Amino acid sequence: MSELTDLSVPELLAGMRRGDFSAVEVTRAFLRAIECLEPSLHTLITFTPELAVRMAEEADRRYRAWRHEGSSTEAALPPLLGIPIMIKDVLCLKGVPCTCGSRILQDFVPPYTATAVQRLLDAGVVVLGKTNTDEFAMGSSTENSAFGATRNPWNPEHVPGGSSGGSASAVAARMTPAALGSDTGGSIRQPAAYCGVTGIKPTYGRVSRYGLVAYGSSLDTVGVFARSAAETALFFSLMAGHDPLDSTSAREPVPPVSLPDTPNLNGLRIGVPEEYFISGMSAEVEQAVRNAIAQMEHLGATVQNVRLPHTGYALPVYYLIAPAEASANLARYDGVRFGYRAPAERLWEMFDRTRGNGFGAEVKRRIMLGTYALSAGYYDAYYAQAQKVRTLIRQDFLDAFQQVDVIACPVAPTPAFRIGEHTDDPLAMYLEDIFTLPANLAGIPGLAFPAGFSATGLPIGMQLMSAPFREEILFHTAHAYQQVTDWHTRRPPLTP
Amino acid sequence: MVAFEAVIGLEIHAELLTRSKMFCSCPVVDSTQAEPNVAVCPICAGMPGTLPVINRQAVELALRVALALGCQIHPVSVFARKNYFYPDLPKGYQISQYEQPLAVNGILPIETESGWREIRIRRVHLEEDTGKLSHVHADGEVYSLVDLNRAGVPLLEIVSEPDLRSAQEVRAYAQTLRILLRTLQASSGDMEKGALRIEPNISVRPAGSSTLGTRVEIKNLNSFRSLERAVAYQIEVQVGKLSRGEVVEQETVGWDEAQEITFSQRSKEEAHDYRYFPEPDLPPLVVTPEWVESIRAALPELPWERQRRYVEALGLAPAEARLLVSDPALADFFDRVVGALKRAPARMAATWVTGELLARLNEQGQTLEVLRLSPEGFADLLDRTVEGQINLNTAKGVLQEMCMSGKPAVQIIAERGLEQVSDPEWIARIVAQVLRENPAELDKYRSGKSTLFNWFYGQVMRLTRGKANPQMVREELTRCLEDQVRGES
Ligand SMILES: [Zn+2]
Repeated sequence: MSELTDLSVPELLAGMRRGDFSAVEVTRAFLRAIECLEPSLHTLITFTPELAVRMAEEADRRYRAWRHEGSSTEAALPPLLGIPIMIKDVLCLKGVPCTCGSRILQDFVPPYTATAVQRLLDAGVVVLGKTNTDEFAMGSSTENSAFGATRNPWNPEHVPGGSSGGSASAVAARMTPAALGSDTGGSIRQPAAYCGVTGIKPTYGRVSRYGLVAYGSSLDTVGVFARSAAETALFFSLMAGHDPLDSTSAREPVPPVSLPDTPNLNGLRIGVPEEYFISGMSAEVEQAVRNAIAQMEHLGATVQNVRLPHTGYALPVYYLIAPAEASANLARYDGVRFGYRAPAERLWEMFDRTRGNGFGAEVKRRIMLGTYALSAGYYDAYYAQAQKVRTLIRQDFLDAFQQVDVIACPVAPTPAFRIGEHTDDPLAMYLEDIFTLPANLAGIPGLAFPAGFSATGLPIGMQLMSAPFREEILFHTAHAYQQVTDWHTRRPPLTP
Repeated sequence: MVAFEAVIGLEIHAELLTRSKMFCSCPVVDSTQAEPNVAVCPICAGMPGTLPVINRQAVELALRVALALGCQIHPVSVFARKNYFYPDLPKGYQISQYEQPLAVNGILPIETESGWREIRIRRVHLEEDTGKLSHVHADGEVYSLVDLNRAGVPLLEIVSEPDLRSAQEVRAYAQTLRILLRTLQASSGDMEKGALRIEPNISVRPAGSSTLGTRVEIKNLNSFRSLERAVAYQIEVQVGKLSRGEVVEQETVGWDEAQEITFSQRSKEEAHDYRYFPEPDLPPLVVTPEWVESIRAALPELPWERQRRYVEALGLAPAEARLLVSDPALADFFDRVVGALKRAPARMAATWVTGELLARLNEQGQTLEVLRLSPEGFADLLDRTVEGQINLNTAKGVLQEMCMSGKPAVQIIAERGLEQVSDPEWIARIVAQVLRENPAELDKYRSGKSTLFNWFYGQVMRLTRGKANPQMVREELTRCLEDQVRGES
């Protein structure tokens, strides 16, 4: 039954409801895919097959009870009952290790579940495992994981992007229908583009951060990958909404995502920012994105140029704010209460060794960067100044969204690079995020989805951004595009 | 010889009397009593992925205090992370308020030897407490143990301007603030339990100078007595240095209770760089004008207002007024007694509350709450005394029994037959009997030993079991003895 892994989420749900196949059969199909592909791709840090089967059996019990009661009302069933997912290993699931790709948390088993995860559990999902990530989500390639690099199913010599590379790779390789990720500077959108899947980075505050291990708290968002915009929207709408446990979560209502059956973008105003088509970017990427925009125009949208004049400051601003917040967020890892503890004779020696051995190089680099940016005498010049520029970047977007509904641009300047290509050059790695960082600084949503392929067969992604809390229009646009294109349905060479 | 003056400001941390902690739902327990780590959750243990949520009750109590101090309330205040690494601080930073505190610019009136002074309050802000470390020696090893019961308990920090000039003023300020906190039911103010922590900063300058000297901060003071002594000692040290032409180094010192000296803890070079920045996990705290007004409207009478009312409206002696106000529970009790009095004057109630009642409480180490004495019953006792139903001495005995049994005065008086008798014939009969039965004493009296009057008085009261109207006994006895003396001459 390996073709079960090819079905869409609505098809899987319909089949389980009808009794064509059981939730356990669905889960076992994906578990087989994982067993087959995991050795080549290494998408998971923690694989939870027993948990998955237990949850699938429970889902089957509920399907049977539902059928037994002769209930024809679908409302009685949780909306994602029996659908397998994976969870990026920076989101807590009670009783399952949460490592954040770091040695310092290798033994950490959280006694609580992240709100975003809990909402999906309440919707009936089955958990297959926790996916690989750059350590503490700091990276753009999933090479900075203490547990080894994840590979791209389109070409295992290439990175899947990062930091949510495990999730993106697994969705692309059909090891799971969907996977949760987090996006602080592009960590969902860039791997979605590199792996040819759809990924949403919601508005800041749209999805609760409770249970997401913090990296840059004012930038961190929880989002999701799936194979299409429609499926991504389904998971997103179930995770979104106010959470009393996260004071920064928004009270804005979450409108139900209803996507039209016919591809029609009449009245949609698309803005194209010249600042996102820079010299030095891949010509293939530029062409694919421009083609996609033309196709959307063909579907009825109007296209105009917009200016985002402060775009050039996004990278330096991000690399002051995110590390500053990280330097405080990571201070709690001292080996005392949880996680890894290095053996030592004396207390301060234990602290030093725990951190020395526990953190990887990139994490240490950012802790030092952030500590410096917050230090007395430097705060005003660095952190405070960065916050001021951040409001200018946000204002750029708010101004642009007075004229257009969505902004269309590339996700990354190039398709997936080779493993090891940027390892010795942190700055080149940071440049991978120049098109994704601004949305995090502005707090606006961004959606990445496939818009073509390079000559070497690597996916090319495009990005749509909208005003805060208008995720619906992103899904709507991408869904229309996906109805007239087939990029999102292509199978990578490495699939079951 | 140059005269010096001390310039002192105070930083006071008060644990707020909330049910739960500042940013999580853990209960606030008495950390001097509770087993270690019984009130800890993933949030206050700083576990990864957890987030703080502001305790509304803590904000409300903080606003009560800020409004009582006449502060200006910031409609928007900002929490910040104060970063420092210490094993009792689970997150590696303390959530506090820094650039934009909850409230600023208040006044605390204090009573000094030279009258009332208004001490300016610079700021009032909210923060969370740290855990507690204890160092245990066992089996030749030293262990450091962490107790997180206190971690995350809401603290109110109240910072004064450097307006205080002496150790006595410092003590008066701290005591007045504690009375205020207790009156507002914002904090227990128990210094020995660490619910009130006072950190004075002291500098000394030539009298009349307008520049500030180098500050020395004193930490770990756990009583008003050590506060006053430590400040006095530190002033003496600094004056000594300056008069010898030495310089005062900026430092933090501790107070050695046993030796009564301060000792250096941390110099300026070792001062922390806290790397403050706005807490991204908490949106700015918005306090609406409606909220402020509803809290302001519910404020009780403030201690200094109460003290003035006692003296000016009720005619209490200043010392009595001060004593009553210093214990808000006692003053509340007194106010209810006064409210229930029908005949007895408020001054009498004050004398009884600060005299008999307080003595009774101190004697038995009890608090008002456990006493079975209602203010109305107490007022009734005073009224009966003033009406002459019982005499003063009897009343003291009745009060004692009221406290123990909870019975009303009228019942105790009836059961024990204590009602004062003012029947002149009965009193005359008893007085005559006493004089008749004690001829020897009467002779001595006649021969000039007039101090025996009180002895005769005591005999009469003994025979009447204290019930006789003392005034009438005195009058009758005086009359009879004068007769005796005149009869002799
Ligand atoms: Zn707690």
